[in-house]
Amino acid sequence: MNRRDLMAAAGACAALPLTQGGARSQPAPAGKPVKAEVSFTVNGRKHALDVDTRTTLLDALREHLHMTGTKKGCDHGQCGACTVIVDGQRINSCLSLAVMHPDAEITTIEGLGTVENLHPMQAAFVKHDGFQCGYCTPGQICSSVAMLDEIEAGIPSHVTSDLTVSVTLSESEIRERMSGNICRCGAYSNIVEAITEVARTRA
Amino acid sequence: MKFDTPATTNPIDAMKVVGQPRDRLDGPLKVTGGARYAYEQHDVAANQAYGYVLGAGIAKGTIRQLDIEAARNAPGVLAVVTAREAGKLDKGKRNTARLLAGPEIQHYHQAIAVVVAETFEQARAAASLIRVDYAEEPGTFDLEAARSKASEPEGDDPSLKDSRIGDFPGAFASAPVKLDETYTTPDESHAMMEPHATVAAWEGEKLTVWTSNQMVAWTVVDMAKTLGIPKENIRVVSPFIGGGFGGKLFLRADVLLAALGARAARRPVKLALQRPLIMNNTTHRPATIQRVRIGATRDGKITAIGHESWSGDQKGGGPELAVSQTRLLYAGANRMTAMRLAAMDLPEGNAMRAPGEAPGLMVLEMAMDEMAEKLGMDPIAFRLLNDTQVDPEKPKRPFSMRRLDECFKVGAERFGWSRRSPRPGQNRDGKWLVGLGVAAAFRNNLVMKSGARVRLGSDGILTVETDMTDIGTGSYTIIGQTAAEMLGVELDKVVVKLGDSSFPASAGSGGQWGGNSSTAGVYAACVKLREAIAQKLGINSSEAVFAGGEVRSGNRSIPLSKAIEQAPLIGEDTIEYGDLDETHQQSTFGAHFVEVAVDAATAETRIRRMLAVCSAGRILNPKTARSQVIGAMTMGAGAALMEELAVDTRRGFFVNHDLAGYEVPVHADIPHQEVVFLEETDPMSSPMKAKGVGELGICGVGAAVANAIYNATGIRVRDYPVTLDKMLDRMPDAA
Repeated sequence: MNRRDLMAAAGACAALPLTQGGARSQPAPAGKPVKAEVSFTVNGRKHALDVDTRTTLLDALREHLHMTGTKKGCDHGQCGACTVIVDGQRINSCLSLAVMHPDAEITTIEGLGTVENLHPMQAAFVKHDGFQCGYCTPGQICSSVAMLDEIEAGIPSHVTSDLTVSVTLSESEIRERMSGNICRCGAYSNIVEAITEVARTRA
Repeated sequence: MKFDTPATTNPIDAMKVVGQPRDRLDGPLKVTGGARYAYEQHDVAANQAYGYVLGAGIAKGTIRQLDIEAARNAPGVLAVVTAREAGKLDKGKRNTARLLAGPEIQHYHQAIAVVVAETFEQARAAASLIRVDYAEEPGTFDLEAARSKASEPEGDDPSLKDSRIGDFPGAFASAPVKLDETYTTPDESHAMMEPHATVAAWEGEKLTVWTSNQMVAWTVVDMAKTLGIPKENIRVVSPFIGGGFGGKLFLRADVLLAALGARAARRPVKLALQRPLIMNNTTHRPATIQRVRIGATRDGKITAIGHESWSGDQKGGGPELAVSQTRLLYAGANRMTAMRLAAMDLPEGNAMRAPGEAPGLMVLEMAMDEMAEKLGMDPIAFRLLNDTQVDPEKPKRPFSMRRLDECFKVGAERFGWSRRSPRPGQNRDGKWLVGLGVAAAFRNNLVMKSGARVRLGSDGILTVETDMTDIGTGSYTIIGQTAAEMLGVELDKVVVKLGDSSFPASAGSGGQWGGNSSTAGVYAACVKLREAIAQKLGINSSEAVFAGGEVRSGNRSIPLSKAIEQAPLIGEDTIEYGDLDETHQQSTFGAHFVEVAVDAATAETRIRRMLAVCSAGRILNPKTARSQVIGAMTMGAGAALMEELAVDTRRGFFVNHDLAGYEVPVHADIPHQEVVFLEETDPMSSPMKAKGVGELGICGVGAAVANAIYNATGIRVRDYPVTLDKMLDRMPDAA
């Protein structure tokens, strides 16, 4: 199974309730929405929310906290635009409910750097023009920051040829590991240059 | 300003700011998440409610019954709007199908209702309670089956008509070497990352929409027509656009339904088209069947060239203009092109990045590769032999500038073309079969009227306002560079404001006309501002030199700030064009080079190297222009290898309507890409002497990939995309 099969399978599962007979066969939502309290830390600041339990982490960030740097491209875990870092790991925030993250430490694009004080990865994306429309960009940047940590931690990928030695950073490792973040403007060549530059200075 | 004679020396030629590889002005905002896209405008209007769109579950037929009671009574619901509640609606001039359907359904996922609720979750849940009873009718969904019923497109537009020069049938019949092949290209989706999204707010009769749209002025007009209200009552704001590629050229359902929902709920409404809705609800690049015939002498001179294309669209729509480049690209005395259009019931076909040329060149440039092989010629030598400096249909009409030959020569040298084996299937690298492919890039340079306003404020800041959009193209940056160059100030003294219909109307972003046209509009406005400044300072504007924050005339040197001591100065103008694009054919050119490796056992194709050499007038910003080209090369690689909307020919819809099913290139698919711009200026195009480049980059790439696959394997796949299932049974012996 390659990453596409995985994504396709995940997509098919996510779509199941809708495709079986369309909207008609959906269970009717009964009464008032179920709400729950959840609190987590976003970019170092603690937030307590009382949310509809159907609210995704992505919508909690965008619609409740008005932190719109994290983007909604597909809402189905297919594009990576919503990537944030939760307890050190990158996740698709659209595939996760807000209530699943009590006490989590969440880092979004707003937490990496600011216009006045860019994170090295943000600065490298500007320098190498690693984006065009900018909509996938926060996801690409969050993903790449966490991805470099994964390589450093020695986590292998599909293209790692030897599992018995430590993973070495290469363009093919970067490309493989970043393939969950789609850029339709096609800035991939520049994004890889930006990430490579940051990785070299980190090493 | 009327641009009707070729440009001479002007302030842009100083190239102190223009032409420099400056970082994007909007870059820091975009990389920090600070750029606000349409759905994120939560503070522009208080108390926003959420909309959720329901699409039709059939492709053709009528709604017998639409029961919205349960949805209306669901928790949090503020309004449900269907065609019944909306009342009389017209249709935008640029829309083929209606944006809110009912009772007639014209295509699958055509919007039939919008639910407005307090929260997104409530709106989505309520939409699932709407009961629809359809009377489904059979439709036409299969292009191959509809081909025999296709007819010549209606309308007076000469680009839609058959072209015939000389005696094509006679010359083709008597040609000693000939090719007659049929090819297909599939339906494709723009698949931009940001869904179509809108926040709509009414204030009495006045409507403001914050949306994601390439053509602000078109949207105002078509929205006014659809709602039947004066266009003065509509304001469209679109400062950041998360990709468009032609998919956001037109008014779409998100704008209309947000406005209707907001009217019904008496609240501002925000909504985004759900991703799985987009591919059938909005427009797409239509599939084509194309036949190419080329006849040549034994030494490779083309004597006859013919290109026909069949495509389908909703009734009242248009054809994919897949033959247009064939009228201009290669010489040959006897020529014909024709397009036939079938009325079909698939979703609306329309422009996607380089409409016409993108699928047209995927085919023509594969045919040229095949013809070169028949002639025993190198594919580049064959193309250069049939190069032309004049419009082949009107030999008295020259190209304004045409350096296709240099594109090929520079590219061949840089890419190591001489290492290509003329015989396919010869180059083995371990388990990989390696091949090189080439194709010409060609796309016309369109010039469009474009306006702008520039203001030199008392704080010394130069502010540019135009309704031009930046869809990732770099408009903010090149417009800022233009204004800085014209007034002789640093780029950090310029503020660029875009995408608001309250600003002067611009060319907008489409057809690769935006960069050259919109900066030419800013140039015109800056000329007016320079005159106002010169007058204020009492110097002759024709002698004034604007540089280093000063105005110089003779031996006088006055700081710009002197001119604005009492009040800010404003310049506003619109660039308009004479007939230079008629007396001279204005086009952009390029050559694409691709190296692929095909797995000898599985037929999986991997792209190893890509190079584009482009000739496209003055490059206003080499950094952003290069990004445009590599992005287009990436989309072209997708078209060659994976992109295809799969048609369910029984039910009439695109099956793979999300970003997992519709495959686009990801990081792992794209190697390092190289771009070379030939240094040049084209004085026929505008005072900027620039041309379009954003679509040139996709033109021909697909064929270069497919030709490289042929060179690697000896397998010619004439039905795009070139996927491994079409090659496996023909792969050379793996031993």
